[in-house]
Amino acid sequence: MLSVSNLSKVYEGGFTALKDINLDIRRGEIFALLGPNGAGKTTLISIICGLVNASAGKVTVGGHDIVDDYRAARGLIGLVPQELTTDAFETVFSAVSFSRGLFGKAPDPAYIEKVLRSLSLWDKRNNKIMTLSGGMKRRLLIAKALSHEPRMLFLDEPTAGVDVELRRDMWNLVRGLREDGVTILLTTHYIEEAEEMADRIGVIRKGEIILVENKATLMHQLGKKQLTVHLQTPLDAVPESLAAYALERGEDGHALTYTYDTEREHPGITDLLADLNAAGIGFKDVNTTQSSLEDIFVSLVKK
Amino acid sequence: MNLYAIKAIYRFEMARAWRTLTQSIISPVLSTSLYFVVFGAAIGSRIPEVDGVSYGSFIVPGLIMLSLLTQSISNASFGIYFPRFTGTIYEVLSAPVSYLEIVIAYVGAAASKSLILGVIILATAGLFVDIRIEHPFWMVLFFVLTAITFSLLGFIIGIWADGFEKLQLVPMLIVTPLTFLGGSFYSINMLPPFWQTVTLFNPVVYLVSGFRWSFYGIADVSPALSLGMTVFFLLACIGLVAWIFKTGYRLKP
Repeated sequence: MLSVSNLSKVYEGGFTALKDINLDIRRGEIFALLGPNGAGKTTLISIICGLVNASAGKVTVGGHDIVDDYRAARGLIGLVPQELTTDAFETVFSAVSFSRGLFGKAPDPAYIEKVLRSLSLWDKRNNKIMTLSGGMKRRLLIAKALSHEPRMLFLDEPTAGVDVELRRDMWNLVRGLREDGVTILLTTHYIEEAEEMADRIGVIRKGEIILVENKATLMHQLGKKQLTVHLQTPLDAVPESLAAYALERGEDGHALTYTYDTEREHPGITDLLADLNAAGIGFKDVNTTQSSLEDIFVSLVKK
Repeated sequence: MNLYAIKAIYRFEMARAWRTLTQSIISPVLSTSLYFVVFGAAIGSRIPEVDGVSYGSFIVPGLIMLSLLTQSISNASFGIYFPRFTGTIYEVLSAPVSYLEIVIAYVGAAASKSLILGVIILATAGLFVDIRIEHPFWMVLFFVLTAITFSLLGFIIGIWADGFEKLQLVPMLIVTPLTFLGGSFYSINMLPPFWQTVTLFNPVVYLVSGFRWSFYGIADVSPALSLGMTVFFLLACIGLVAWIFKTGYRLKP
């Protein structure tokens, strides 16, 4: 659906925002682009949507070049920007109708009504935008982006500053769009959001894509699983007989943590527990944890 | 051609004028009416005819031109600057709209508003003084060309400006003085020879002279030269707008 090849962007002042980006996004998937502030997420989206000129490289949307065939390419795209940029004095209905017109579509009040209803904005259709809450404005931006029935939706930090309930509503909406065949690229600071919704995840750091992977594979490959054994009496040091397990001593010697690979046929858990018994180390509780996407993300961008 | 987009932007801009009726229509009509009362009736009655035309009637084309220039610039500059200021310009720039369509929509709306205003001022002037239009075709041509040209100039200013102060800078400090000194209230033949020559460097002289000629058949410079200068300004503005879009100046980093 989206193909980015060797894309670079150097701003006038010499700042390199993107370095030789290559990225393919499949039709109908939800792709989450993660990265710290200033990593180049918004610049990448802005180039694809025609808001920023690329310094080098090529981008196609649905097979249409964004420069040579910009009308066809842009017609497929809906953009929900990060900032709450709206015309304060317009009504909700006219603002969404305006967006549809901009994209060269004939007026279709029935479709606009459907979009507004799906975003719980229908009751506010005659309200001026200035009277809407922040969350409502965010929904309005989504309604505007959907007004021309796009096949690909860019959501730049879509749930920044919205409450938990609205965030859940938006996630449901995004899933619904995906079921309708809409391809979605979202950037987010909320790792939980990517973990909840994305099919694939890309990580961008200092203008470079450092990783693109299926979410499940990523969490499987880079995620750690750990077993923590809570001891009956604290240990000053890990006994030599347990050195092979590379245990970490924690909680002032009250706990030992073992990191293991679930893919191995014998992760070593039963052996460890047996060796603990053999060493005379009693324990009162055992629990396992798995690293979250956030842990993986933090470890990647820190490199 | 994305006609729906042109229509959407045009209607949006016209709706804005309707929402700000006092600022867009009533205020300029009121201030122009005051010019008629002060210069046309109060002072004008003591000023002899100019080339066979009463002073009150003589200043009508100049006053219309003054409103046309300032309002065209103001409408067009605000029309494009405000979405830049609020950030809503992203929607226009990311839509499948060509630069030509953007210009047609914004400049078309700005020119329409100032033309409507010009017609209202002309009608208002008719309440105060006698008006005749000897060359209606040329009058309409000068009227429309000037509105489009200065709306284009306003569009350029709206893109160039990086603050509300700059938005007012050109209309207040350049256009208004040039219009006042461009023969709106007098014939340049009334000036000493040296100042007559200096005045010929003022582009507004040609606009006012041509427009006045279409009303009363009297002109400070030849109507052909006036038309030529108007078309020259139009082409210069078109060239500048084309450069802006080609380079993405202040629109696309």
